[in-house]
Amino acid sequence: MTFEKDLNIDVTELRLGLPGTSEESERQASTTLRISNKRALPSVAAEKQCDQETAPPTKAQVVGWPPIRSYRKNSLQTKKTEVETSGMYVKVSMDGAPYLRKVDLKIYKGYPEVLKALEDMFKFKIGKYSEREGYNGSEFVPTYEDKDGDWMLVGDVPWEMFVNSCKRLRIMKGSEARGLGCVV
Amino acid sequence: MFWGSRKTIDMNYFPDEVLEHVFDFITSHKDRNSVSLVCKSWYKIEKYSRQRVFLGNCYSISPERLIARFPGLKSLILKGKPHFADFNLVPDDWGGFLYPWIKAMAKSRIGLEELRLKRMVVSDESLELLSESFPNFKSLVLVSCEGFTTDGLAAIAANCRFLRELDLQENEVEDHRGYWLSCFPGSCTSLVSLNFACLKGEINLASLERLVARSPNLKSLRLNRAVPFDTLQRLLIRAPQLVDLGTGSYIHDPSSEAYNKLKAAIQNCNSIRSLSGFLEVAPCCMPAIYPICENLTFLNLSYAAGLQSNELTRLIHHCRKLQRLWILDCIGDKGLGVVASTCKELQELRVFPSDPFDAGNAAVTEEGLVLVSEGCPKLNSLLYFCQQMTNAALITVAKNCTNFIRFRLCILDPIKPDPVTNQPLDEGFGAIVRSCKGLKRLSLSGLLTDQVFYYIGMYAKKLEMLSIAFAGNSDKGMLYVLNGCKKLRKLEIRDCPFGDTALLEDMGKYETMRSLWMSTCEVTLGACKVLAKKMPSLNVEIINESEQTEFNLDDRQKVDKMYLYRTLVGHRKDAPEFVWLL
Repeated sequence: MTFEKDLNIDVTELRLGLPGTSEESERQASTTLRISNKRALPSVAAEKQCDQETAPPTKAQVVGWPPIRSYRKNSLQTKKTEVETSGMYVKVSMDGAPYLRKVDLKIYKGYPEVLKALEDMFKFKIGKYSEREGYNGSEFVPTYEDKDGDWMLVGDVPWEMFVNSCKRLRIMKGSEARGLGCVV
Repeated sequence: MFWGSRKTIDMNYFPDEVLEHVFDFITSHKDRNSVSLVCKSWYKIEKYSRQRVFLGNCYSISPERLIARFPGLKSLILKGKPHFADFNLVPDDWGGFLYPWIKAMAKSRIGLEELRLKRMVVSDESLELLSESFPNFKSLVLVSCEGFTTDGLAAIAANCRFLRELDLQENEVEDHRGYWLSCFPGSCTSLVSLNFACLKGEINLASLERLVARSPNLKSLRLNRAVPFDTLQRLLIRAPQLVDLGTGSYIHDPSSEAYNKLKAAIQNCNSIRSLSGFLEVAPCCMPAIYPICENLTFLNLSYAAGLQSNELTRLIHHCRKLQRLWILDCIGDKGLGVVASTCKELQELRVFPSDPFDAGNAAVTEEGLVLVSEGCPKLNSLLYFCQQMTNAALITVAKNCTNFIRFRLCILDPIKPDPVTNQPLDEGFGAIVRSCKGLKRLSLSGLLTDQVFYYIGMYAKKLEMLSIAFAGNSDKGMLYVLNGCKKLRKLEIRDCPFGDTALLEDMGKYETMRSLWMSTCEVTLGACKVLAKKMPSLNVEIINESEQTEFNLDDRQKVDKMYLYRTLVGHRKDAPEFVWLL
């Protein structure tokens, strides 16, 4: 495989500029490159990078690249931002408390976090969770109402599923609570 | 009868009706076009008997001329905006409006029954007019279109009494919430295919259930995200005859009653060959669909962002008969290895990026592709978004799979060389075009010099569509392609150093092609003007989004975007201000 004489070895040199551009034409190339204001292809505007926002240097956004349909791009981004922005507020009631509270389930990453938050909110202590015995031994038991309208024990199902099916929370107290923790 | 007296010419031994009957068996557009060129009599017969027309570029002819040419038109396929519009390279309002076509066909009382559109601007007004003007209208397929709302869909539902197919693929639809589904009258029982997966809004679930219940011919049903798991279960009970299913939301508690019901319902659906959706998904619910996997020929999980590699591979283990697989790159190279060892019938593979903007994170590399090429000898169509590619891998793939018709490779960093050798990927793509003699469509990426175009011009003799980005060194590259690829129909180029010399070398070539797109290249306004002047059969359009007007732009200045196409009707009348028609 022979390259034609005109093509000098420079073109195979590992650089991050556009193929066929040299040092002098690089500046010219950068003005015709369609880039979003915030970021630039790493080589083309190395000097611009100091006043960029905190974008990691290798990440670049070129208009229309990668070539995927806007619809697909938007739906991937929606999935990400949905999780980030939309918030999932559910009512929380506690037996004996005069009024209800609301928590945003989306801000928690798992059960320990949300249970801690509830403990702080209502000033009580939840016992340790075990699959076999629920929250056996504690005076308070966290439960939730799912999409089917059933009252379930918090902690049985995977976190994602819980977040998607939980309609409201209820902190049960006393004997009622202990009944729920029993294994038949 | 349209064709007057039946004069028998010596050569013609058959009366016209017999010829017409014979022509009925000729279905390909190319062949029918050839038939109409044989002689005047054949032209006439073919003209009046033609029912299906394909227009790859809606601006190549006017609605009025189309109707005059084929008065018996029943089925029309129209494509509007250039392909790169899918990637936001074409500004809004560029064109591609459906309305004038509907208006003209309605006026001439065309008996339209089927309409398939791609990248067109479809207004509610046009959908309403369509629904009111064609009493036998049966099928509407919209792909990558925009401009309409669910109100337009409501008109279609309400007025098209014999509607069989409503298929919406990846359109941007303004959703006014779910009442449109309720507009299907109780008397509508003819639905065969309903796909509303791309709608973002709520759906009237009860209406949906009733609609499915009264559609015994329903074979294809693709739901949107707003349709929950338990509705899916009820729908499957009503439609066990489905061949193609797209789920909406697929999240539930696997120990629940609803889940068990779904499992049972799915097991009854033993005609399902095509599965998609899972727009939101709980991995633990996937086992419910294992029973239908063994018969699947098409599986599209490219929107199922909630499934990770291990779930995907568990699922794929069951899909031995798969012919087409669309998947996200989180499947990983190892997962593609499972595809390779399981799916021996695989013909088409599409691997999409799950995180398009994080070029460092694409989970598949050249290894996955090599594995698939080794395990799936029938592979003929590829769309592969990856982190990196090597020449060695491409050469291996070319050796293993010589049947490629479509080969589209997208390395997320568009100018990345072979990471092992630091060489451009010229040799790798060269091997592909040399080995795959039937290659019709090719998309390139990675670091590429003029050499790759030398190979393409030399070997890609059947190539019809070529997409190039950030490649090449000089005009030579583009010239190799224009001179060598005799069957080239569509050429789209962005960010390449190709300029006036290449553009103007063989102007007649463009008359043999559908279109040429060049953006952020080295082409000047002056050269475009020369081309436009010399070739009246071409429309040369410049898209200029800067402040400058036509008058203070120097001929020597480079154009942002140029789109040229052959046409029978000259300049279009609907171009916006930022499109200059030279």
